[in-house]
Amino acid sequence: MEQYLQWKELLRAGEDLPFWQEFYVKFYQAFIEADRWKQYLEGVGSTLMVTALALVIGVILGVLVAIVRTAHDQQRPGRHNPILGVFNGICQVYVTIIRGTPMLVQLLIMGFVIFSTSREYTAIGILTLGINSGAYVAEIIRGGLMSLDPGQMEAGRSLGLNYIDTMRFIVIPQAFKAILPSLGNEFITLLKDTALIYTIGGEELVYAAKAISTRTYEQMFPLVGSALIYLALVLIFTWLQGLLERRLRQSDRR
Amino acid sequence: MIDVKNLSKSFGDNLVLNDISEHIYPGDKVVIIGPSGSGKSTFLRCLNLMEYPSSGTITFDGVETTDPKVNIDEVRRKMGMVFQHFNLFPNMTIKKNITLAPVRTKLMTQAEADEKAMQLLRRVGLEEKADAYPSQLSGGQKQRIAIVRALAMNPKVILFDEPTSALDPEMVGEVLAVMKELAEEGMTMVVVTHEMGFAREVGNRVLFMDEGKIVEQGTPAEVFGNPKHPRLQDFLSKVL
Repeated sequence: MEQYLQWKELLRAGEDLPFWQEFYVKFYQAFIEADRWKQYLEGVGSTLMVTALALVIGVILGVLVAIVRTAHDQQRPGRHNPILGVFNGICQVYVTIIRGTPMLVQLLIMGFVIFSTSREYTAIGILTLGINSGAYVAEIIRGGLMSLDPGQMEAGRSLGLNYIDTMRFIVIPQAFKAILPSLGNEFITLLKDTALIYTIGGEELVYAAKAISTRTYEQMFPLVGSALIYLALVLIFTWLQGLLERRLRQSDRR
Repeated sequence: MIDVKNLSKSFGDNLVLNDISEHIYPGDKVVIIGPSGSGKSTFLRCLNLMEYPSSGTITFDGVETTDPKVNIDEVRRKMGMVFQHFNLFPNMTIKKNITLAPVRTKLMTQAEADEKAMQLLRRVGLEEKADAYPSQLSGGQKQRIAIVRALAMNPKVILFDEPTSALDPEMVGEVLAVMKELAEEGMTMVVVTHEMGFAREVGNRVLFMDEGKIVEQGTPAEVFGNPKHPRLQDFLSKVL
């Protein structure tokens, strides 16, 4: 501690310190001084919370959109439901716009145009990420439903089960297993994309890192530090995803 | 029982069924043969509206099933179907595969359906597989289960879409035996198959289809013993 303060003074006076001394000072300053590690920890907490909430919004939206679009595509010819047609149109526009524009632009529009008077930056960020993720989740789910052998749907329907029952008992349980890897990837993408909400003032890990660097006038340690934290989080979730998939695969070989 | 009038079906520009009219009577065992691409499977799949006809009508049990207002699920409950690739539900046990539809359509309670399933499984000699999953079964066993699954709905007619084509040769016999037994009990059956022996032995009528039309039909003795149409003669010379 004493040593740190002494070296810090020297560094501030423009003295040339040996590399390891300079490293020590900057590291200490970025992570330990004034209990700054707590700020990163809080940042990780809010990053995880933002991810989780955005994922919930994304999955709900995605399931709804996927159901509407799949049901619309699988209608009996000559029996098109006009209401479903309208919803399908809305869903298509939604998916097209979200997937066709950069997430950063969506965030900026939400933060500075649509909700320009609101100060709930993090909430706006969560909402935007959720809406964005919903479009991707919808396509993942739709792909999963479509990829299942059409014979499964036919077998269910040939027994006189209606569309909804066939979906519920036969198609969806099987599709769920098939889309789990893609959903896991979407979750990991989302986890990293939460960093973007910093641009509209949302509070998460990057926000914490930037707050520290503006106090210490030192960019590298907080930024590289947060990058390493993201990497660690992604590695943990990738590992968990692998565990889950292995368990599901085991149940295939019953 | 099933009355087909002027049935046509095209996929895009491809006319698969060309103005077919045919009647299937109660107790009929109709066997449909023909070269691949002749429309036999499409014809069969039109009967329970797995494919929607482009034109023409189908009447089953007095109900015009091709009418868009008809609840097709109710029609299909009385019309079983057995597929080439079995299409068992891999996420359920055998018993659940069999009882799902009767229970969900409120035809039976779970207890009744379970009892019925066990009784049918005993009949095909697979009662010890009740709690197994489809992936643990051989092809022949899967197809026998698929037949049982269709039977559990107490259908009035069962449609068989090449039920033995995906099976290893040594398993064809066990499936045909079950089908023969069904035929002897008087079940109405429409069978698309390449098994000429089965057609001859079990069918009371054989339809020969070519290029979307029923080119020739008659009793097995007539069709196999004295084929008239050159396409049928050609076909039989290749498969027999």
